[in-house]
Amino acid sequence: MHSDRAPLGLKIAAAAGLAFLHLPILLIFVYAFTTEEKSYQWPPPGLTLKWFAVTWNRPDVWQALMLSLKVASVATLVAMVLGTLCAAAVSRSKFFGRETVSLLVILPIALPGVVTGIALRSAFSLADVPFSTWTIVLGHATFCVVIVYNNAVARFRRTSGSLIEASMDLGATYFQTLRFVILPNIATALVVGGMLAFALSFDEVIVTTFTSGQQQTLPIWMLEELVRPRQRPVTNVVAMVVVLVTLLPILGAYYLTRGTDTVAGQGK
Amino acid sequence: MPAVSFDKVSRHFGSVRAVDGVDLDIGEGEFFAMLGPSGSGKTTCLRLIAGFERPTAGDIRLFGDSVRDLPPYRRQVNTVFQDYALFPHLNVRDNVGYGLMIAGRPRAERDREVAAALEMVRLGGYGQRKPSELSGGQRQRVALARALVNRPRVLLLDEPLGALDLKLREQMQEELKSLQRQLGITFVFVTHDQGEALSMADRIAVFNEGRIQQVGTPEDVYFRPDVPFVADFVGSSNVLPAALVETLTGRRQPAAIRPERLRLGSGSGGALSAQVTGLSFLGLTTRVTLKAGDTRLTALLPQDAPRPAEGDTVSLEWAPSDLHLMRGSA
Repeated sequence: MHSDRAPLGLKIAAAAGLAFLHLPILLIFVYAFTTEEKSYQWPPPGLTLKWFAVTWNRPDVWQALMLSLKVASVATLVAMVLGTLCAAAVSRSKFFGRETVSLLVILPIALPGVVTGIALRSAFSLADVPFSTWTIVLGHATFCVVIVYNNAVARFRRTSGSLIEASMDLGATYFQTLRFVILPNIATALVVGGMLAFALSFDEVIVTTFTSGQQQTLPIWMLEELVRPRQRPVTNVVAMVVVLVTLLPILGAYYLTRGTDTVAGQGK
Repeated sequence: MPAVSFDKVSRHFGSVRAVDGVDLDIGEGEFFAMLGPSGSGKTTCLRLIAGFERPTAGDIRLFGDSVRDLPPYRRQVNTVFQDYALFPHLNVRDNVGYGLMIAGRPRAERDREVAAALEMVRLGGYGQRKPSELSGGQRQRVALARALVNRPRVLLLDEPLGALDLKLREQMQEELKSLQRQLGITFVFVTHDQGEALSMADRIAVFNEGRIQQVGTPEDVYFRPDVPFVADFVGSSNVLPAALVETLTGRRQPAAIRPERLRLGSGSGGALSAQVTGLSFLGLTTRVTLKAGDTRLTALLPQDAPRPAEGDTVSLEWAPSDLHLMRGSA
């Protein structure tokens, strides 16, 4: 009965599923090299590397890329500070409404992006805040905080509470305890949370459209570019860059969290 | 001057009186046990000394100075935690050296002290290991070394042997005792195991429901309990209710009598007649459970004594000096 080999049907189903997920992405890569610039024609009539040069020389691409990197970095930073503090409060102490706070922090990621977007947009116009890089950052921070919070709270729960007491018992002040015990113990969780938050922010479209005003982040730029008839493969080149920029931190997060469970459970 | 003194200390959590008006002096160089069932307030008392809890009322003094408002990191006490609380990200050497590192001692001195402390707990050569690579007993020794390397004036131990298996526990009991004698500092340890308290401590405070029931030497609390709770919890003594004692002695006080001091006779010559409800073989002795009216009693019979059968009616006898009168109304 028991066999380590999967039956043929299952193998085919798995292969089909993977193909369904990843073939479209491969197509995007292929079209980055096509010689046809007006429509996506299959098979590509010829292959060329010239779009990389074209993309390199387009100032609007650079502008969008820089804005996206800036927004993602700042939003991640904000999320790491707020998310960690929030996780520490929720997991370390009992206070009235703790469960509610925990739920409210997670809510933005369950909320549809349009709702978050509209809410932020009306809030900004109500408070007379002009759209800028900072309004985009704020919008992204709402869901980035959740990612960091979730990672940090899981780690906090697995870290024995007596570690903090032990540190203070051995003469360390609150600040020294934070630096020598708490941070080293949650460091990987923080880095992982930060990487995922960065990746999320980097390719976010919906909330951004509501909070960006005239500025274009890279995904928004791509969306606009699709309706233009000329130099279409430039979008594909950019898409490749986006995939790489978001994939690297996610892979990094995956490798960092692997096998940390047994280590962090110690002391319990 | 006592090393630790509690002056009418209370610690309430909401409506729960975890510690309720405790007065206690622990002498310098004493090996002191706080004994009680879980939830009796003994651990809270230990945490009050360490500074993890602040008293709701009353004052705590260490060597005469009030520590009421001192945070844990300003007190000259160190704790061995129940779960050891070793830092998982540091190796054994850095765990033990943590306190010295925080105190800003130079590296060379730190290494020397850490090596000496690890030698003391017979873990020389384990410095590079991570806590996760150690056995339970080894972690316990590391926790001990980590506390003692700072030369505290009082060492607090929270259920220090609770997580160890029986054989290791007996071995650590001996080691802790000889360590305490060798260092001469005050050890205060919390336990729910009366055997552990009796065999290790110079003096014992027995806790129940946030209050101290009795403080005394192991012989005091074992042979001369003040109240029925201590008789039952520490010595597993038989407790005779006040009404029954009144008919026997004319004094309306509860009394305790040790199971091994009860003698069983047949007929009705004894002070009390009882029915045998159960017998169990314990090796050296046989335990006989009895019922005299509403009072359940236990007797331990030597193997050469005649054994009754279940359901027999026997008469109980004892020497008058073995009946220990207590205060209380139970």
